[in-house]
Amino acid sequence: MSNITSQSLSEILESIKSKQISSLELTQAYIKNIENAKKLNSFVTTTFDQALENAKKFDNKTNNEQLLSGIPLAVKDLFCTENVKTTAGSNILNNFIPSYESTVTKNLWNNGAFLLGKLNCDEFAMGSSNETSFFGNVINPVGDHLVPGGSSGGSSSALAADLTPATIGTDTGGSIRQPASFTGTVGLKPTYGLCSRWGIVAFASSLDQAGPMTKTVNDCSIMLEAMSGFDEKDSTSINKKKETYSKNLNDNIKGLKIGIPKEYRVDNMPKEIDDLWEKGKKILKDLGAHLIDISLPHTKYALPTYYIVAPAEASSNLARYDGVRYGYRSQKGKDLIEMYENTRSEGFGDEVKRRILIGTYVLSSGYYDAYYLKAQKVRQLIKKDFDDSFMKVDAILTPSTPNSAFKIGEKTNDPVSMYLNDIFTVPVNLAGLPALSLPAGLDKKGLPLGLQLIGKALDEQKILNIGYAFEKNCGYKNKIKKWWS
Amino acid sequence: MSKEKFDYFVNGEKGKYEVVIGLEVHAQVLSNSKLFSGSSTKFGADPNKQVSLIDSAFPGMLPVINEECVKQAVRTGLGLNAKINNYSVFDRKNYFYADLPQGYQISQYKNPIVGEGKVLLDMPYGSKEIGIERLHLEQDAGKSIHDMDPASTYVDLNRSGIALMEIVSKPDLRSPDEVNAYIKKLRTIMRYLGTCDGNMQEGSLRADVNVSVRKVGDKNFGTRCEIKNVNSIKFMQMAIEYEANRQVELIEDGKEIDQETRLFDTKKNETRSMRSKEDAHDYRYFPDPDLLPLKLEQKLIDDLKKSLPELPDNKKDRFIQEYGLNSYEANVLVSEKEISDYYEEVAKLSDKKLAATWMMGDLFAMLNDKGLNIYNSPISAKDFAELVQSIKSGEISGRIAKEVFEIMVESGDNPKKIIESKGMKQQSDPKELEKMINEILSKNKDKVDQYKAGKEKLFGFFVGQVMKLSGGKANPQLTNEILKKLLKG
Repeated sequence: MSNITSQSLSEILESIKSKQISSLELTQAYIKNIENAKKLNSFVTTTFDQALENAKKFDNKTNNEQLLSGIPLAVKDLFCTENVKTTAGSNILNNFIPSYESTVTKNLWNNGAFLLGKLNCDEFAMGSSNETSFFGNVINPVGDHLVPGGSSGGSSSALAADLTPATIGTDTGGSIRQPASFTGTVGLKPTYGLCSRWGIVAFASSLDQAGPMTKTVNDCSIMLEAMSGFDEKDSTSINKKKETYSKNLNDNIKGLKIGIPKEYRVDNMPKEIDDLWEKGKKILKDLGAHLIDISLPHTKYALPTYYIVAPAEASSNLARYDGVRYGYRSQKGKDLIEMYENTRSEGFGDEVKRRILIGTYVLSSGYYDAYYLKAQKVRQLIKKDFDDSFMKVDAILTPSTPNSAFKIGEKTNDPVSMYLNDIFTVPVNLAGLPALSLPAGLDKKGLPLGLQLIGKALDEQKILNIGYAFEKNCGYKNKIKKWWS
Repeated sequence: MSKEKFDYFVNGEKGKYEVVIGLEVHAQVLSNSKLFSGSSTKFGADPNKQVSLIDSAFPGMLPVINEECVKQAVRTGLGLNAKINNYSVFDRKNYFYADLPQGYQISQYKNPIVGEGKVLLDMPYGSKEIGIERLHLEQDAGKSIHDMDPASTYVDLNRSGIALMEIVSKPDLRSPDEVNAYIKKLRTIMRYLGTCDGNMQEGSLRADVNVSVRKVGDKNFGTRCEIKNVNSIKFMQMAIEYEANRQVELIEDGKEIDQETRLFDTKKNETRSMRSKEDAHDYRYFPDPDLLPLKLEQKLIDDLKKSLPELPDNKKDRFIQEYGLNSYEANVLVSEKEISDYYEEVAKLSDKKLAATWMMGDLFAMLNDKGLNIYNSPISAKDFAELVQSIKSGEISGRIAKEVFEIMVESGDNPKKIIESKGMKQQSDPKELEKMINEILSKNKDKVDQYKAGKEKLFGFFVGQVMKLSGGKANPQLTNEILKKLLKG
C-alpha cells in the first residue's frame, strides 16, 4: 500500500475498517512522507512517538466504528494541544505548552483520530501567504517558489503534499478557503458558532471559525461532523442538534437556485478567473440548478470593514501576551513597562504589530465612532445584503480568490495588495455564513484555482451537497509532482 | 422630634461653599464562583490558589457568564428601586497592568444591566432621596503586592475575575454625614438582599469619591476630582473634608481646579494627585466579542422581584405600624437584617415597646462592649423575650432585671431559672409588704412623727428601708401605695 497516503480520507477509512491496512502502517507512511518533505516547512512540531503509540493502541482495539477511527491528523498550530507545544506561529509563544486541549481537537480525538503534528501558519493567523510565521514561510507543493496561501498555509501545504489525510484550519477572513484554493484542495469555513472557539488562540473573536481542509467534499463532511458541536465553554457557540453531514451527502441539486453576485466581478480581475466562474456556472446549470443574478451592494466595503474590525479585536486579544505568566519574556528593561515593551517588540513580528497598531488606533477615543462603530454598522449592511439574497437563492457561487498562488516574497512589501487577496472571502466572515472553496480548474500557468459556494447560516449540508455534485462533474485533477522528496 | 437644619458648608473668606459628592461604589457580588469562570471566590485563601486558566488569561480561554452573578445584580437593582435593563452589553476596558492578565477588564460601558434608581436616607433634618445613575457588572483585577520584596512586585490573582457591582450615584450627596448614611444604607439593602456582604475590611465594599465645590446658590457644578479606591467610611469622610477645603482654597486664591484622579493618603490625611485628565487612560472600550449581549426575560426579572425579601424601608414602616415604635427606634432596629429578625422574635413573645427599649439599651451596649454582633449574641431572642416579659408582668423590677441580664450574659442561663434560683422575684404580696412596712415604721417612730409634721422628703427614706429589708425585691409601686396608706393612718 505504498500510495495509501495519496488516497482520500474516506478511502483510507475504508481500508482501516476492512483491515487492509493498520493504523500503525498508515501512521508510518505519513511519518515517512513528512520526513521527506522538510523542505516544505509545513510542520512546526511533530508528535511521531505519541502518534505511533496511539496507532498501536488503536490496532489492538476491536472497535473501529468511530468517524475517524485510527486516523493520524496534523492540525494548525493555532489549536491548543495538551502537553504539545502550541506557538500560533509566533516567537511570543514559541515555548508555550498548554495544559489543555481545544474543544475542536478534542472532538477529533474523541472520534478516533490522533495527533500527528502541528502545522505552520501565519503569526496569530494574520496573513495570506504564511510568510509572517516566526518559523519561516511554507512552500506550496504546487511549485517550490510559491506560497501555499494563508493563514492556514501549513495545513494546505501538508494536505496537498500527502503529509496528513485531512486537516483543520481556522478562517477569520479567508484563512481556510484561500489556501485551499491555492493548493487545489477543499476548504470549508463553517457558520460562526458551529465549531467551538475554546482553546484556539484568538485572532478576531467575532470572525474566527475553525473548519476542515480535505481532499474531497465527502472528506470535508466527515471532518465537519467530527469537529463541530455545541460547547458551553464558548458563549458564542450555537446550541443545536448535531448533523450527520456525510450520511446525508446528496448530489441531486436539481432545481436549486444559485445566486451570482454581480459585485464579485472586480476591476482588473484576470480573465481566467472569469472563465473559471463561467465554467462553474455551466456545470451547476447542467446539473439542473437555476442561476439567478443577485446583488450584494455593500461588497466593496467588506475589505475596509474587515481591516477595522479584525485588527480592533486582535489588538485587545493579543494584550495578554505580556511575558508575565507564560510565553516569551524579554530579559531587557528596568521596570514593568519596559519589560512589556521589550517582550512585545521582540515577541511579535511586523504584521502582528501593524495590526495591533491599526486596531489600537481605530478604538481610540475620538476615532471610535468614525472607524469601529461605522465598521460595525457596515457589517450589519453586508449581513443584510446576504439575508436579502438568501430570500431568493439557496446558495451563492463566486470565485474563491482573485488569482492563483503567487511567488514567495512577491507581496510582502505591499500589505494592501496582500489584503486584496481576501476580497472574495472576507464578506462571508463578516456575515458569519458558511462557505466552501472547491478546486475548480487551473490557470494558464497550471496552478490551481478555486470556486466558492456561500450558504445560509447553518446550511452547511446544502453547500456540501452542491460541492459534492460539482466535484463529480468538474473533473479537477491535482497535478502535484513530489519534487521535494 | 424637632428637625435640625442641614449645616455642612465650607466657609471661605469670600463666601460659603456647598460640597457636591457623587460615589462610585464597588460592591463584591456574593457568589460561589467568579463572574466568568468557575473559580472559588472565598476570602483568605493562599495566593494564586483560586485561579483558573480563564482568570489568568491563557491563550484560547473564553469567558462564560455566571448566571447567579447576573441574578444578584438584578436583585440589587430591584432593591435600589431601579430600572432593570432587559438588554445589556459587556465591554472590554483595555489597559496594561501586571494584575490584569487579559490586558482588559470585562465591564459594562454604554449598556449597563441596571439603570436609574433611588435610595432614601434618614437624616436628622428629614429624609433625603439620593439618585442612582446606574449599576453595572464588572470583573475585579488581581492584587499587586509591592511591599513583600524590595526589588519585585508580587501578583495574587485570587481576586482576578471576581464579580463586582459598580453602583454609581448621582451627585446628590452634600456632606460626609450623608456619605456615611448612604454607604450604610446601600450596605443594609445589599445585606438584606444577600447580594454583598458589605465587609469593608475584606475589600467587599470600596468607593471612588467624586468631590466638587460651588458657592451656595450656584446652579452649575464646579470641576470635580475623583478620589480613587477608598475602603472605609471614615477615610471617605476625611478625604472629602480635606478635598473640599483644598478646592475652596484654590478657588479663593483665584486658581483653577484640575479635573484629575487623586489618591487619599491615610497616613498624612491628605489627597494627592495620581494622574491629570491629560494623562487619563484611553481605555478603548468596545463590546466584548467573546460574549453575546445579555438579554433578560421579563419573567426572570418578575420572578426575582417576587422572591425579594422585605427591604429596610418597608420593614421600618411596618415596625412603626405593627409594633408602635417611633421612627428612630424603627430605624435602628431595621439597620441590619439580623437585628430586625432578633427584634421580631423578641417582640412576638413579649411587650413590643419594652423589648425595643431594652434591646437598644442594655443588649446593644453589652454587644458593643464585647465586640459581638447580634447573630453571635450570648443571649438568645427567646431568653431575652422572657426577661422583658418578667419586667412587664411585674415579676421583677427594672433594677433587678439589670442584675438578671448580667447573670444571663455570664452564665448563659435562662432568666426564669436565674430569678428562681437566686430568689430575685419581686415581692408583690400586699400582706407581706404591709407586714414589712409596719415593722419599719415601728422601728422609726421619730421619723414617722417628723413626716407627719410635714417633712415629706422622708418618704424616700422609708422606701429605701423597704428596699433594703426586701433585698430590693419589693414591688416599688405597691410599696408606694401601702406606705402612703399607712403613713396617713
